[in-house]
Amino acid sequence: MSTSSVSKGCFVFKPSSKKRRISSPTADYFSEGKNDSEDSGLRFATCQLLWKQINSETEKIQEELNKQLFDNLISFLRQSHSEFQTKKTEWMCRMKTSEIPTAALVLGVNVTDHEVTFKSLSEVLQDNITPYVVSLQAKECPGIKHLLQKLMGQLMDRCVDVDLSEEEECVNISQKKIRCSMASLSKWYESVTKKTGSETPSKKRTSSSRHWQFPPIVVIFKDMESFTTKVLQDFIIISSQHIHEFPLVFIFGIATSPMIIHRLLPHSVSSLLCIELFQSLSCKEHLATVIDKLLLTTQFPFKLSEKVLQVLINIFLYHDFSVQNFIKGFQLSIVEHFYSQPLSMLCCQLLEAKKRVNSLSHNQCENIRGLPSFRRYVESQISEKQIALLTEDSFLKEVTQTLLEDLHIYHENYFPVLRCLHVFTTSLPKYPLGKQIRELHCACLGKRVWETEEYGSAVQLLRMLAKAELVAILQKCVEIFTSSSGKQFSNTVEKLEEFLLRFQNLEAETNEVQDVSVSSQKELQKKTDLYHLQKTLLELKESKRSKKLTKFEMLRFEVVDFIDSLVRSYLAPAEMQTLNEVVYFNTANILREHLNAAPRIALHTALNNPYCYLKNQTLKSDVGCISNTAPDICIVYKLHLECGRLINLVDWLEAFSTVVTAVEGTDPDSVATDQVDEIIHARFIRAVSELELLGFIKPSKQKTDHVARLTWGGC
Amino acid sequence: MSQLELKRNKVLEARFVADEDVLKHISDNGGVKVRKDRAQLALNVKRFVKKLENISDDDEAQEILEEQNYVAVLGACAEDSLRNGPSAGGGKIYSFQTPKRSGKMAELASELAQTPGKNVTFDSSQYPEKPASTPQSSKKYSASNKAQLKSKKNEFVSTTPYRLRKRLTAPSLRSDSESDYSASCSEEEEEDKDHKETSDVILDQKTPSKTRAAPTPASKKTPAKKLKEEMTSNLVEEYFEAHSSSKVLTSDRTLQKLQKRKLDQQTLLVLLNKAPPAFTAELKELNQQHESLFSKWMLQLHLGFSIVLYGLGSKRDLLEKFRTSLLQDSVHLVVNGFFPSITVRSILNSITEEVLDHVGTFRSPLDQLDLIMKRFKEDSSVELYLLIHNLDSKMLRGDKSQQILAQLASLPNIHLIASIDHINAPLMWDQAKQSLYNWLWYETTTFSPYLEETSYENSLLVQQSGSLALSSLTHVLHSLTPNARGIFRLLAQYHLENKDNPSYPGLSFQDFYQRCREAFLVNSDLTLRAQLTEFRDHKLIRTKRGTDGVEYLLIPVDNGTLTDFLEKEDEDM
Repeated sequence: MSTSSVSKGCFVFKPSSKKRRISSPTADYFSEGKNDSEDSGLRFATCQLLWKQINSETEKIQEELNKQLFDNLISFLRQSHSEFQTKKTEWMCRMKTSEIPTAALVLGVNVTDHEVTFKSLSEVLQDNITPYVVSLQAKECPGIKHLLQKLMGQLMDRCVDVDLSEEEECVNISQKKIRCSMASLSKWYESVTKKTGSETPSKKRTSSSRHWQFPPIVVIFKDMESFTTKVLQDFIIISSQHIHEFPLVFIFGIATSPMIIHRLLPHSVSSLLCIELFQSLSCKEHLATVIDKLLLTTQFPFKLSEKVLQVLINIFLYHDFSVQNFIKGFQLSIVEHFYSQPLSMLCCQLLEAKKRVNSLSHNQCENIRGLPSFRRYVESQISEKQIALLTEDSFLKEVTQTLLEDLHIYHENYFPVLRCLHVFTTSLPKYPLGKQIRELHCACLGKRVWETEEYGSAVQLLRMLAKAELVAILQKCVEIFTSSSGKQFSNTVEKLEEFLLRFQNLEAETNEVQDVSVSSQKELQKKTDLYHLQKTLLELKESKRSKKLTKFEMLRFEVVDFIDSLVRSYLAPAEMQTLNEVVYFNTANILREHLNAAPRIALHTALNNPYCYLKNQTLKSDVGCISNTAPDICIVYKLHLECGRLINLVDWLEAFSTVVTAVEGTDPDSVATDQVDEIIHARFIRAVSELELLGFIKPSKQKTDHVARLTWGGC
Repeated sequence: MSQLELKRNKVLEARFVADEDVLKHISDNGGVKVRKDRAQLALNVKRFVKKLENISDDDEAQEILEEQNYVAVLGACAEDSLRNGPSAGGGKIYSFQTPKRSGKMAELASELAQTPGKNVTFDSSQYPEKPASTPQSSKKYSASNKAQLKSKKNEFVSTTPYRLRKRLTAPSLRSDSESDYSASCSEEEEEDKDHKETSDVILDQKTPSKTRAAPTPASKKTPAKKLKEEMTSNLVEEYFEAHSSSKVLTSDRTLQKLQKRKLDQQTLLVLLNKAPPAFTAELKELNQQHESLFSKWMLQLHLGFSIVLYGLGSKRDLLEKFRTSLLQDSVHLVVNGFFPSITVRSILNSITEEVLDHVGTFRSPLDQLDLIMKRFKEDSSVELYLLIHNLDSKMLRGDKSQQILAQLASLPNIHLIASIDHINAPLMWDQAKQSLYNWLWYETTTFSPYLEETSYENSLLVQQSGSLALSSLTHVLHSLTPNARGIFRLLAQYHLENKDNPSYPGLSFQDFYQRCREAFLVNSDLTLRAQLTEFRDHKLIRTKRGTDGVEYLLIPVDNGTLTDFLEKEDEDM
C-alpha cells in the first residue's frame, strides 16, 4: 500500500494477527546488521542487566535525596490540618481568615527532572497522608472549568482506588457529568468521609490507619509559572470560600524563584494563602551524587572515558541542568558500547568475566589481539612470550584473565586515591584542579595528571598548608582508605596514621621553637621608629631564609611527597591500562551527534559544501566556494545568499539558468531550445520550493514575483 | 559629472546582463564606447579586484573581529571547541547582515558560468561585505547610497550633492523597456570598468581614503570593554535597519513578462524526469550508509528512545524503506506531515479507530489522548510504530500538537521515528517536550529532491498557485446555473477592467445590482444576494465595507488566473 495520497495523511498498517510478532525481538535487532554477531545474545543480556542495575541505583539515589524534602512536606501537611482532625469547630474558628495552607516547592530550572519528583511525591503522600492527591498541569487547565473538571476527575478516580465497592457509583457520577463546582466537591468529600467514618471502626483501623478520618485534599500545581493568572486567582478565591467545608492544601511547583507567587497573584489573592517555602536539592548536588554513586565506584564494571564524560557534563551544564538527561546519555553510552564493541561481553563482574574468557572463540581472541592497548602490552614483552600471545589462544586466555584482574585492581586503587587527592585539592585556594571531584576525575582519566601544570601548582600550594588543615585532611584520607575495599591500602593507612602521630608529637616541640620567635617579636614591639623597624624586619627575613626548615615543615614536605607518590602510582590514565577498551566507552562523537545535534550546521554544510557528503571530485572546492556542478539546490542557495531582504524570482531564475547552461556546455548566446529551457525552469521551481520547505525563503506580497529571505548573513 | 551619475545609476540598479544585450548595445552605440575583448576585460577586472583586496584587508580584519565577537556573545565559542564535525560556529552562519545589492546574484552567476567545470572562488562568501567582481569604489558608493536612503549616519554621504541623489531614484521609473534598460546598464558597467582601468593611478590614491571613510563600526570603539556591548546593539540596529525601509532594491521584472508558460504539477514532474540525474553513485552510497543503521534504529526504538532524522534532502524514501524492510510484521502508522490538511486530531483518530478499534467520539484531543495512554499502559503487548514524515510541517508545528505528539512518544510501547527539515525546527521543543520525546538525533543527509513534500499546492511558489485556483474556479462555476455564471463573469470583467487602478475598492453592491439587471441576470436584489452568499461560501468573492459604509465586492484571485478563467469560459461558450 502506498503512503502518498491527495486525500489523507495518515496510513495505518495492521498485519494479520498471525503474522504479528509476539515476543520481544529487541535482542534480534541487537545482533542484526552486525557482521560479528557472535556472542551478541550474551552481550545484549549483559547490557540489559547492567542497565537495570544502574537504573535501580539511580532511582534509589533519587529517593534518598528527596527523603529530607518529603519528610518536611509531610510534617507540614500533618500540621496544617491537625485541628481539622481533632475539633472541627475549632478548625472553623481558625479558618475564619480563610487561609489555605500552601507549600511553595522550589525545584529549580531543570524542569525535566520535576516529573519524577512529583511522581514520587504523590506516591509518598498517598502512602502517608491522604488518598486525595491531585496533580494539575498548566497545559491541562486553560480555564477554571477544565481545572475543576480535572480536579474532580482525579479525586473520583482516587476514591475508586481506595474503596472498590464504590466503583459503580463513581462511574455513574462521572458518566452523568455532574456539574463540576466546589459545592459538589464539598458534598462529595462529606459523603466520602462520612462513609469511611461510619464504617466499622475495626476495618477503618486496618485499611486507613495511615490516613486520618478527614484526610486533606492535596492539590499539586506542577508548573505554577505556566498557569494562567486568571485561572489560578479564581481557583484560589473560590476554594478559600470553601475551606471551612473540607481541608485543602496546595503545593506549588516552582521552577524559578518564590517571588513568582507574588508576581502572579495580587496581594488580595496571595493573602488568602498561608505559604511555607520548601527548597529541593539543587541539580548540581544531585548530579554530584549520581556521578559519585555510578561512576566513581567499582560496583559497575562499565566506565566512561574522559571525553564521553566531558560531553555529558557539558550537556548538563550548558544546556539543561537535567539529571534525567545525563542518565539518558549514560544509558545511550552503555547501549552503544555493548553494540559496537564485541569484547564488551567481558564487561561484567570479575568472576563472571574470567569464566567468559575461558569460553572465548578464536575470533574473539583475534579481537583481543587487535586491541591497541593489548598490542602495546605485547610489544613490551619478551619475544617468546610475544609469539605465544599472538599464536596460542589458551595462553592468551590465561593472560587475559590476569590482565582483567589487573584492570580491576587498578580501579579498586584508583577511586580511593582519587578521593584522597580531591580532599587535598578542595582545600586549596582557587581550586587549581577543580572544585568538583568530576573535574579531577576527568583530569586524571585523560592524561598523566602529575605532568600537568595545574597539578604542579596544587602541590606547591599543598606545601604551604597550615597544620590544622593538614591534620584534618589526613584524618579524612585515613577514613577514605579504611572504608575502601582495597586491601593494598593497609600500608598506606599505617603510614598516614604515623604522620598524624608525628604531628601530635610536634606540638610539644614547637613550643620550644616558638621561644625564639617570641623573643624577636618582643624586640619588634620595642622599636617604635620606622627605620629600626625596617631594619629588624629585614633581619628577621634574612634569618628565616637562612634558617633550617622547622620540623613541621619537614614533615609537611614528607606528607606531600607521600601523596604525590600515591598519585603517581595509582592515578595513571585509564587509556594506559591494558584491555581498557573492554570496559571504557570512548566514542564521544557518537554521543554528541545523537544527543546534542546541530541540524542547522548539517544543513549549512550540505548546502555550502556538498563535497562533504557527495564524494565526487567535480564537487571538490576550497572553503567558501562551490562548484557549479553542484546539486541545483546548492546553486540556488548560493545565489540567494547574494540578495538582500527580497529576491526577484526572474533575476534568480536567470542567474540559475546562466550557471546551469554553462555547465551543460550549451552556448549561452545561441537560442536555447524551448525544451531545455523548460527543464531548467522546472528544476528552478523545484529548488526554490525546496528552499521554502527548508525555511530559507517565503513568498512575499510586497512586490510581485518576489520572495523574502528569512535568514541573514551566510557564507 | 555625467560619468559619475552613470556610475551611481549602475550602483543602484546593477543587474544581470545577458551577453547578447551587451553585444547589441555596443553595436548600437557605434564605437564611441569601449571595444575590448570581453575576456580581456574580465581579466582586467579581476586583476583590479585583487589589488583592491589588499587595500581593504584592514576592513576585513575588523569584520572578522566583529564576527568573532558576535559568536562570543552567543556563547558559541565554548561549544566550538567541543565540536569536531564539519562545522562552523552558529554565529558565522546566520548572523544579521546588511542587505546586499540586487545585482550580486547575477554577477555571481555569470562568474560561476564563466568557468564551467572549474571551481570559482568568490571571496564574498567569506567576507560578505566585500564585492567579488565589482570595483571597490562603486561598492562603497552603493553602501553610502543605501545608507542615505535610510538616513543612516555616514560621513561619506555628505559629500554627495543632493541633486544627484535625487536623480538616483528616477531610473527605475524611467526605464520603459526591459531589454533597453539592461543594455544601458551594461554600457555603464563596461564604461565604468574601462574608466577604472585607465585611471589606475588615481584610483589607487582614492580607494584607501574611501575605505577609511566608509563607516566600519568597529573602528570607532577601541576600548575592548565597550566593544562587546556595542557589538550587540549594533547588530540589533543593523537588523532593524535592514527591515525598516520599505524600499526594495530589486529589479521590477516579473515572470509574466518572461513569456514563460506556467507549469502545473504534471508537466513539472514530466520535465523533472527528463532532467538528467546527477551523482547517482554518490547518492546511492549515502543511502546505503543510512540504511545500515536500520537495525540500530529498531534497537534504540525498543529501548525507549525516539529517533529524529535531519539533514538536507528528502528522508521520505529512506523512512519508507525502513518501514517496508523492518516494520512489515508490526502495527505501524505512517503520517505525512507535509499533507496540507493533516491535524493531530486525524493522527489520534487513526490510532483510536484503526489501531485500538475504539468506537465513539471524544470531546477534545486531550480526552482522546487520555484514552490512548490508558489503553497502551494497560496492555503492554500492543505496540505501535509511529512514522512521521516532516514533524515540523506547518500543521503539526503548533505547541499543542507537539505536546500531544510528545506525550504519545513518551509511552513505552509507542515507538516514534520522525524527520525534520525546517532550519528552525528544533525551536518547536522546549526542555519538557524534548524529554518527553527522548530524541536521538541522526543526521541523514540524502540530497534527494523533496518531490512528495513540495508537491502539494500550497507549498509551492507563485509559478503554480494559479492552476489549482483556476481548476477550482471552473469546477465551482460549472455546478452553478448559467445565470450565476453570468453574474460572476460580470464581476470578473469589471475586476479586470480596473486591474491597473491601484485604488480600486471593488464593485459596490448597488452598481453590481444595476449591471446584473441590465444584463437580465437577476430580477430582484434578493436573488442577487442569495447568489452572492453562495459565491462567498465558495470563497469566490469577498465583501468589504468601504469608508462610506457601502458594501464592495472583490474577487480574491490574482488577475492572471482570472484572465485565464475568462478565456477558458469564452472557449467553452
